[in-house]
Amino acid sequence: MARIDLVDLAHSYSGNDAAPESFALKPVTMTWRQGGAYALLGPSGCGKTTLLNLISGIVTPSRGKILFDGTDITLLSTQKRNIAQVFQFPVIYDTMTVGQNLAFPLRNRGVPKAEVEARVRQIADLLDLTFYLDRKATRLTADAKQKISLGRGLVRSDVAAVLFDEPLTVIDPELKWQLRSKLKALHRELDLTMIYVTHDQTEALTFADTVVVMHDGRVVQSGTPAELFDKPAHTFVGYFIGSPGMNIVPAVVSGHEARIDGHIIGLHRNYGVLPAGAKIEIGVRPEFVNIAAPASGLLSAAIERIDDLGRARFARVRIGDAKFAARVPPGFSVPDNRVGLVFDPAHVHVYADSRLVEGVA
Amino acid sequence: MDKTVNQKAWFLVLPVFAVVAFSAILPLMTVVNYSMQDTFGNNQFFWNGVGWFKELLDPSTDLGGRFLASLGRNLLFSAIILAIEVPLGIVVALSMPREGWTVAVCLVILALPLLIPWNVVGTIWQIFGRPDIGLLGYTLNSLGFDYNYVSNEFDAWATVIVMDVWHWTSLVALLCYAGLKSIPDAYYQAAQIDGASRWAVFKAIQLPKMNRVLLIAVLLRFMDSFMIYTEPFVVTGGGPGNSTTFVSIELVKIALGQFDLGKAAALSLVYNLIILIVCWVFYTVMTNVGTERPAKQGGA
Repeated sequence: MARIDLVDLAHSYSGNDAAPESFALKPVTMTWRQGGAYALLGPSGCGKTTLLNLISGIVTPSRGKILFDGTDITLLSTQKRNIAQVFQFPVIYDTMTVGQNLAFPLRNRGVPKAEVEARVRQIADLLDLTFYLDRKATRLTADAKQKISLGRGLVRSDVAAVLFDEPLTVIDPELKWQLRSKLKALHRELDLTMIYVTHDQTEALTFADTVVVMHDGRVVQSGTPAELFDKPAHTFVGYFIGSPGMNIVPAVVSGHEARIDGHIIGLHRNYGVLPAGAKIEIGVRPEFVNIAAPASGLLSAAIERIDDLGRARFARVRIGDAKFAARVPPGFSVPDNRVGLVFDPAHVHVYADSRLVEGVA
Repeated sequence: MDKTVNQKAWFLVLPVFAVVAFSAILPLMTVVNYSMQDTFGNNQFFWNGVGWFKELLDPSTDLGGRFLASLGRNLLFSAIILAIEVPLGIVVALSMPREGWTVAVCLVILALPLLIPWNVVGTIWQIFGRPDIGLLGYTLNSLGFDYNYVSNEFDAWATVIVMDVWHWTSLVALLCYAGLKSIPDAYYQAAQIDGASRWAVFKAIQLPKMNRVLLIAVLLRFMDSFMIYTEPFVVTGGGPGNSTTFVSIELVKIALGQFDLGKAAALSLVYNLIILIVCWVFYTVMTNVGTERPAKQGGA
């Protein structure tokens, strides 16, 4: 149990002299509080597994420090770090039974036998593995094996954090839901800090109370699922989270107004004068733009197709060359070619060089 | 759909039948034929029934005594070299680098002894061990050890065993290395995280993953050492006395030295049978390893 601080942590697999832009993980400073459920979300190759391996000690950072409760453990070996990690593919000790597998991390640390037994029972209970405790682990299904891996990660009660590296990749979709809610329940029950790496936004948003979004080796935003949805700090967060993703359209912004294609959209806040030379875009989630019959006061767009997601319908339209998605209000019959767009000004954000600009109310 | 009947296909298999018959079946049957007869040369044969086989298994006769003694020596030899080569091979494989240019260097060095023909290996050690001109023999003697593989039984055995270990440990090491390489990194990382000691990693991860290749290594080394002929023949000629005369050497002595074709044929058939049985046992064990029997009480 510990607070984990990363101080200017960075890593390059080709050594410290590599060009800063080629670092797998660019310098990051952040704090993971004790008992939190975190998700590390980002596309493949964004550096999330690197960050996880740095925390667990499998990889030694090129730069920066890692502190557990204020103690520098950057150069400590994995064994001495008091951390647990669950990998993408199940790791099972073939010659042992399920129970011995679960007990292995405790035995290696010389925990008294009675305590080991009790803890193994508890974890097996939580993961529905009690029935298999005396079976050999080799002959079980991939699902069960991954449950054992999860169990080995959770079995130690004193760990600073449990790290999950896309642990549900090999699991059937059906079971994924169950296991995920199980993990969430375990988190409440065991009061462990958990860091969960995934590229699946649903997985991240359902598991975590804080989601850390990474992109190209950088942490671009960290916040609650609601914050990520309502106010993406970076255009990448906007279109990576949400389905369909956020609309990002180049615009000219001044004061309370954004201009797209010569059409003016009102903004909730005052943006004054934005930095010259920056790429200015506005971002708005499809949920906050409705299509309507074309009218003179509305931004006009060409319909491409309608996606019916069941719970809602989204229209894929084009404004000039830019692709755009907008909600189709219930019961609205969509015209054939052109529609007007109705924006909700409170949810229109302005981005300069992909970063959110805070306006003045 | 009707099966197309095409008897012409037999013609395509015929050459194989011919070759196998000529190279294996005919000689084997000739041996079976010889094993039932006795000859005094001049291509004259006399029927002896199962007489030779009875003698073979009876230690009080000359033939049986020689056969059982050489068989005993042979089994002892195989046991000793397995007991040395398997653990040594594992240790070598474990201490090899996992990546980088040194891997290639290690592999080439390990492969070198395997590439040397048997009789050359024998000659190398025969000269290497000579007390007068051999580097090993001369050094040992000048250090005060009375080492002479020609006159001392223990020295002869030691030489033959060290030679075999030198020649074949690489094979075990290479097989084990292949087994080790197939273990994904995640296993080692997980073991680190689980706080496993070096010994625990070996026992829980590396040894189980090497299981299969180790069985293959043991089988190969057993068969090879059980059939060993050339190296001890070149180094010691089976001596001093009969102390390093293994079954194959005994067989050649009887067949070509004494020209006792009947006895030799019977011996080689029994020899062959032993090898077949050992192969079968190993094969059965290997195919059953890992296919653990279903749990006794209540299945899922």
